[in-house]
Amino acid sequence: MNGATLFGLCGAGLIGLGLYGLICHPGALRKVLAFNLIGSGVFLLFGAIARRGGGVLSSAGTGIDSDPVPQALVITGLVVAFAATAIAVALLLRLAETTGRTTLDPNGSDPAPPAGRKEA
Amino acid sequence: MTISLVVDIGLALVVLSLALWIIAATTVYRAVIGFIVYGLLLAIVWVRLGAADVALTEAALGGGLTGLLLLGAAARLSHHECVPVFGRPAAGPVVGFRLLVGILCTLIAAGLAAVVLLLPEPAPSLASEVASNLPATGVGNPVTAVLLAYRAIDTLLEAVVLVPAMIGVWSLATDQGWSGRPGFLTPARRTSALTLLAQVLPPVGIVFGIHLFWIGADHPGGKFQAAVVLAAMWALVLLAGLREPPRVGSPPLRLAVVVGPLVFIGIGVSGIWLADAFLAYPAGYAKPMILAIEAVLTLSITVALVFLLAGPPAADRSADGRR
Repeated sequence: MNGATLFGLCGAGLIGLGLYGLICHPGALRKVLAFNLIGSGVFLLFGAIARRGGGVLSSAGTGIDSDPVPQALVITGLVVAFAATAIAVALLLRLAETTGRTTLDPNGSDPAPPAGRKEA
Repeated sequence: MTISLVVDIGLALVVLSLALWIIAATTVYRAVIGFIVYGLLLAIVWVRLGAADVALTEAALGGGLTGLLLLGAAARLSHHECVPVFGRPAAGPVVGFRLLVGILCTLIAAGLAAVVLLLPEPAPSLASEVASNLPATGVGNPVTAVLLAYRAIDTLLEAVVLVPAMIGVWSLATDQGWSGRPGFLTPARRTSALTLLAQVLPPVGIVFGIHLFWIGADHPGGKFQAAVVLAAMWALVLLAGLREPPRVGSPPLRLAVVVGPLVFIGIGVSGIWLADAFLAYPAGYAKPMILAIEAVLTLSITVALVFLLAGPPAADRSADGRR
């Protein structure tokens, strides 16, 4: 086992944990956090593949120890993930502002909404 | 070799336990603090994977800016939530359902782990193609070459996607708040320590950001990393209350956001005549064109990141105080 495989396995574990949190947590902000965990797990899988792809070159002494193509994809992905998180947070705060709710649970296992508001 | 493997195993275990903490923490605030630490540790993981460019982005964006965004959200949501519910894990799905989800998620993780273990040998790689064509681009950092030469179309779409993301955040403004100033980064109260930090750090940070942009051509660094550092400096000044964010209707602000993608598209379209393909660079001019694109993109991404952080425009605080 080498570092790339190890962190690849770590990424697989992160995806599993994040998926569990995404499904089981009622709070929307916790879901956003869990979703970011899944994202970083996927990025780590990319990292493991990049590292394996660069292994041949680094032993040949080219000065590249990781395949740059997956790396570039991950950098792009990180910025897009941030943009998506920002939109999710803005939507959630607006939801809390207008309805007083911070979950997506329609059955209302939630704090009572402010009086005078109609609930879906 | 064995010692580095032991370090890697320790690092992976800490990352996994932090992820467990983020999922299992009783309050969202604790989970967010865990997430910031997690982002920084992940940056070390990226260094161990030989991806310094990604490590810089992860530390600044994954831990730093995302952490700031989520911390702000957690603080704001605590006003809207009844305190006891915020403290204990709210009534989620029943235990049996959680167990089922847990088993299925473990299966997915195990499947992915099997994929990792069964990856083909020798590993498929584009690294040798990147290395052999590097001289044609004039840049020395292979990641920058991929981002701005070989796969420039991805980077273009990614730079463009920040603009609709920002419009999406702005469109959540209330009717009164429309064309006001973004409200998420306004200081709750001014503290002298934060003011001092916001006065001392930005000059250093701005120089560091520009340095990251400049060395990105040949060494780890580049426009994303530079833009995130510059955005963090601007956010710090806003958080300390030293400056107010511009109104979202301000023309210079809107121009700054779109100038990067527009120049990128312009240079890309000019490639149709100058080099026979969209986003191709004429021979010999690749490096200056890449630098020009990186410079304007750094500006646009910085502004877009700050305004994604700063949230939708809100009504002026005098109006806010009446609530």
